[in-house]
Amino acid sequence: MMPMKAIVKEFERTNKNKISLIFGSSGKLYAQIKNGAPYQAFFSADQVKPKILCNENIGLKKSLFTYATGRLALWSSQKNMVTNDFSILSNLNFNKLSLANPRLAPYGYAAKEVLIHLNLLKTTRSKWVQGENISQAYQFVYTANADIGFIALAQIMKNEIISKGSYWLVPENFHSPIYQDAVLIKKSLLGRRFFDFFKTQKVKNILKSYGYSL
Amino acid sequence: MSFAQSDLSAMFLTVKLASTVTIILLIIGTPIAWWLSKTNSIFKGFINSLIALPLVLPPTVLGFYCLILMSPKGLIGQITNYIGLGSLTFTFWGLVVASVFYSLPFVVQPIQNSFETIGTRPLEIAATAGSSPLDTFMTVVLPLAKPGFLTAAILGFVHTVGEFGVVLMIGGNIPGETQVVSVQIYEHVEALDYSTAHSLSMVMVLFSFTVLLVLNYLQRSNKTTLF
Repeated sequence: MMPMKAIVKEFERTNKNKISLIFGSSGKLYAQIKNGAPYQAFFSADQVKPKILCNENIGLKKSLFTYATGRLALWSSQKNMVTNDFSILSNLNFNKLSLANPRLAPYGYAAKEVLIHLNLLKTTRSKWVQGENISQAYQFVYTANADIGFIALAQIMKNEIISKGSYWLVPENFHSPIYQDAVLIKKSLLGRRFFDFFKTQKVKNILKSYGYSL
Repeated sequence: MSFAQSDLSAMFLTVKLASTVTIILLIIGTPIAWWLSKTNSIFKGFINSLIALPLVLPPTVLGFYCLILMSPKGLIGQITNYIGLGSLTFTFWGLVVASVFYSLPFVVQPIQNSFETIGTRPLEIAATAGSSPLDTFMTVVLPLAKPGFLTAAILGFVHTVGEFGVVLMIGGNIPGETQVVSVQIYEHVEALDYSTAHSLSMVMVLFSFTVLLVLNYLQRSNKTTLF
């Protein structure tokens, strides 16, 4: 959310056109686009939905590209809660573990993969609280209702700095890559121009400063 | 139509939540409604507006404040932790507390209206006949206010069944604890499993319509017998 706002701001600085951002879970936005929502481009949190839109002839197949690869972090809004490893998950020294619903959100799916990889799925299961998307998973931890949670690194990182709490950056080989794809919905000059802009070094630097790997 | 175990448990949980909330609301709503129907206090307008707030506020506002106030650092969270109940977020009882606020006007207002309709005359007659206030309430007021109580109970129940935004904000989607039908339907829609979403939604539509239909006929039969 924050990186997207920063990128649009940068785009509008050099372009006359204005862009309105509509945020929502990928599933909801997919359903809206499929039913004729007047959006020009779709930045999904996964690869599946943009691909389906292309197959359904709603998305432009040749515009499809991976705009970012997400990084997962285990985060607490309290200091020193998460040491720089997964020990807190094994010793169960927390009230609740927040994660995005694995059935709905790629980050939630990745979080589940990490727990399977660590063989901690069963022991942690009773402490799970699920957000409908990654923003809500973050919200549960931010408000201290859950001690820890799997969130997107981009949610806590700005200018390559983590400003609040403690975290463990999950190694990328603990889960399948979180590739995030974008697709143009219909031929649109502005959409195309924004897509071109998205592939520049400037945008890549912004994404990197929010913790995305490219 | 057949349902998965998780869907059935969501239905059971929804009925359990709505029943619990309705019972609590009838218990706390009755004295509030009684006071509001009798008082000339300058606080009447204030309390009336406070109770009606959930009618106007988006559920997200209520859910957001519940999330913050019920957290271990929040006011309610600190109290519940102090008395040993732990935090209310992500628990069945957390949903109960939030729903009591959320459905309060639907229970208080019908009861209050029926109390006001009764007026002071029957109470005065009962008092002259030597009936104690409690006796009067049990044998005169309650029977006369029966339609109001019926409406209140049914509206409180169905409104809690239809609750979504608040549960989504403070529930955490825990099966058997906070995963109610409305949230379950939302999850199916989000996961693009439209057919399961459809079956569950149909159950909700039929159930809600039936309840409202019954309410309508009950009210009508009450009217015809009374007048």
